Parts: sequence; structure tokens; C-alpha cells
Amino acid sequence: MAQHQLNAEGLNCPLPILKAKKALKEVPEGEILHISATDPGSVADFAAFCNQTGNVLVSSSTDGGIYKFEIRRA
Amino acid sequence: MLDTAKPGELDNAKSMSIIVTKGTLDWAYPPFILATTAAAMDINVTMFFTFYGLPLLNRKLDLKISTLGNPAMQMPIMGMHMAMPNLVSAIPGVDRLTTTMMKNLIKKKGVASIEELREAAVDLEIRMIGCQMTMDLFEFNKEDMIDGIEIGGAATYMETAVKSDINLYI
Repeated sequence: MAQHQLNAEGLNCPLPILKAKKALKEVPEGEILHISATDPGSVADFAAFCNQTGNVLVSSSTDGGIYKFEIRRA
Repeated sequence: MLDTAKPGELDNAKSMSIIVTKGTLDWAYPPFILATTAAAMDINVTMFFTFYGLPLLNRKLDLKISTLGNPAMQMPIMGMHMAMPNLVSAIPGVDRLTTTMMKNLIKKKGVASIEELREAAVDLEIRMIGCQMTMDLFEFNKEDMIDGIEIGGAATYMETAVKSDINLYI
């Protein structure tokens, strides 16, 4: 199974969300999109995005200033 | 029909309308950020561009900011914040300078340009309506505007607004 990756590092609100929306279109249902970002606001925003769209935020973590998200496409 | 529709097209999808009345570089951001984000969250979005917001639909954008009437504006310079007194906008070249400063800052901080956000709005199939009366008033042509927009009036907007969950005036 191919890994679906999105590098949203260096991008500010709302670009990580907009890029994620676009990237999710290419992800088959049930598979996971891995996102990395540097915008601290993206932590709350990806949670809200998933709540609204029904996609599942499988994990949200921080690693030395890089925020990582795994979203399962609904 | 239902199984082929995208989530945003379902009958129970939420909807938002925004009246866009301002066309300066700073004021162009809130409507485009909220509209594109909402559309990314499967919300049906309509934007109605009127008065000084209408030129945001022109193909070629050359947006500017002014310090005039904007006493809250503070630009970060060398770790400090420089206030921009109203008076300095009277000096020739100052508005051009602050516009350049703002555009550099936007690039440096990874903030989208208005052109990028507008492209995203088109991709996300946001409905964009240009105000007919404003076009007549300020002599704008549909030919000078981006493709895929509609032209309409207050009634066109109201028909959408009355059915929308969120209505904003910016």
C-alpha cells in the first residue's frame, strides 16, 4: 500500500488545510494521509477539519517543532 | 444521485454566504480565508462581491494597503513593532512602501497570496457573484474578470442568504 504524504511545512493558515483537502482527494477511502506542518495553529485546525468533514484524525503529535498528523480518509 | 454527490452537495450540507465589500490587500484576506476553509470543510460557499470588493474578481490583481484610517496597524521591524500613524500616508510613496513591506512579510511567513486563495476558491467550486450595480457604477467589464463567475444583484444574494447557515458581511 503506497504511503500518502503531504508536506505542509512552512505554510501558514489556511494553506495546510487547503492542501490537505486537495491531497485527500487522491487518497482512497480508508487509507491514511500523513501530514507534516510547522503552523502551531494546525493542531487545533486539523482536529476541527476532521470533526466537520468526517475524516478521522488517527494521530496528532509534535516532533521538534514539526507537527504530524495522520488522517484516515472517510 | 445521492451516491455520486460530493459531501458538499448533499441536501443536509451546511452553507455560508459572504458579502465582500473591501478590496485592499489586508481586507481581501478574511473573506478568502474563511470561504476556502469552509469549502474545504464541505460547506457550500457563496461570495457576493460588491463596491470595493468587486475588483477582487479582476483577472489581474494589484492589491494595496494604506496606513490611512488604519491606526491599529503595527509592522514588525527588527524585533519591534512600528506603528503607522495616519499622517504618514500623506507622504508620497509611503503606501507603496507599506504595501511592499506587507507583501514581503506575507511571503516570508508562508501566508498565501490573495491570487493563490482565489485559485483555491475556484478549485473548491465556490460560487462567486459580481454585483451588477457596482459594475455599472464603476464601469467594470465581465471580460476583465476571472472565468466562472456569475453576475447578479441584491435579490440573487438574498435568495442564497436566506437559505444559508452562516451569513457574513466583510
